[in-house]
Amino acid sequence: MKAPARGGWLGSALVLAALVALWWAASNGGWVSRVFLPTPQATWASLAEGFNFTGSGHGELAAWTRDTVARMLQGWLLASLLGVALGVLVGASAAARAWLQPMLEFIRPLPASAVLPLAISIFGLSPRMVLAVVAFGAMWPVLLATVHGLATVDARLAEAARCLQLSRAAFIFKIGLPHALPDILAGTRLALTIALIVAVVGEMIASQGGLGQAILLAARAFRASDLFAGIVLLGLIGFASNALLALAEQRLLRWQRP
Amino acid sequence: MLLLAFELYARRAAALGSDALAPVSAAVKAFAGAAMDGSLWQATAFTLGTAALGLLVGGALALAGGIALGLSPRAARMGFMTTELLRTVPSVALIPLAMLMFGFGVRMELAIVAFATFWPLLLLVQAAVRQVEPRLLEVSHVLGLSVHERALKIVLPAIAARLFVALRLGVAVALVVAVTVEIAANPHGMGYAMMIAQQSFDPALMLAWLGWIGVVGYAVNAGMLRMQQRVARRMGAAA
Repeated sequence: MKAPARGGWLGSALVLAALVALWWAASNGGWVSRVFLPTPQATWASLAEGFNFTGSGHGELAAWTRDTVARMLQGWLLASLLGVALGVLVGASAAARAWLQPMLEFIRPLPASAVLPLAISIFGLSPRMVLAVVAFGAMWPVLLATVHGLATVDARLAEAARCLQLSRAAFIFKIGLPHALPDILAGTRLALTIALIVAVVGEMIASQGGLGQAILLAARAFRASDLFAGIVLLGLIGFASNALLALAEQRLLRWQRP
Repeated sequence: MLLLAFELYARRAAALGSDALAPVSAAVKAFAGAAMDGSLWQATAFTLGTAALGLLVGGALALAGGIALGLSPRAARMGFMTTELLRTVPSVALIPLAMLMFGFGVRMELAIVAFATFWPLLLLVQAAVRQVEPRLLEVSHVLGLSVHERALKIVLPAIAARLFVALRLGVAVALVVAVTVEIAANPHGMGYAMMIAQQSFDPALMLAWLGWIGVVGYAVNAGMLRMQQRVARRMGAAA
């Protein structure tokens, strides 16, 4: 989605402010039970305490956020590297593609979280397990994008490479990967979203310290303000990571536009 | 080709550990058992039904919202920041909230599926409406159609083909989210059955569920793809 023109920022900020005001009115006015919908002030207080802004809290939220972000990023990096590497292996040869494509197509719609029980029984309830599942789940979009990018290289480029007697590795690195780069970047962006989701689910199930566990415990203890603080944080993480990657994408693909 | 998958599977299972993995034959047996006593169908029906209902709710809202935002650039500009912020909230973050509000059951899963499918569909519908031929909209102005009529008579038919693409994405998202919710919290459906199998150290049954979830996902996706192609072909013939 394109960013609006300069004048639009004011309007959209106003709408956002109006929504927050509505939230404030709904929770303070008692339209909705406070058990479900805490007041914005309470949410802010939970955030402030969790991050130790005022010096009165313990700063657990900061540590949890760090854990979750670290897990997400590690898993995402692993997934991107593995995805590109495997994608090149599969995509570089037509035979491998024909052999493996059906299996890939079969695994792709499988929800990443469905692998969690399997991973738990293999790795046990450990941080490594969550990381493995995050990497596994986030790998598919990258892998498929790489395969797709390599498969759609212009036939004439392939012929030119053959005339130039490029080796297969040189072909992949000089023609294939640059050609697949837009696809791969789009894949990694999707992968990052998946990584965040799977990291949170993994923390919920395997009770690894992190925001996922934090909001689950908050909900079970009916601490709605802590719950909302967690949700707000997760939303911010998602927003920030998405925006950063979009920026990186623009940078990296600048050479494509004249 | 699927033989290769089977081969990989069997080899891993051949080196099987104690209670982590099971050979394929045992998984097939467990699957047959689950199919016989009806738990398989019940759980599958629950998951698919909830996913479909959630998609319906989320999709309908997204359709209305997307048309409104697509037709009015000003509304889109105003809503930009809000949608961008809310869109990135991971759907699983709402699992505890939905648990708090609805308790366990259909409604909680429904709410999360609807939320998760709403945002991508909203964006796609909005993009589709933007690409409606401007002349059609001008015609509707000239004819003096009301906003309501314009949405129903001009925009909806014009974006129908693109809607199917959006719908396919929505189905995939809905299914994934439904299973995730069941694994994480909701004690119903396929995801929960799989978790229970794992927790009671029944790897054969767990693998059976994993395979079954894969088959269901694959079948649903393939079905949607076929439907999309058919609709596209018919529309192409009509135009």
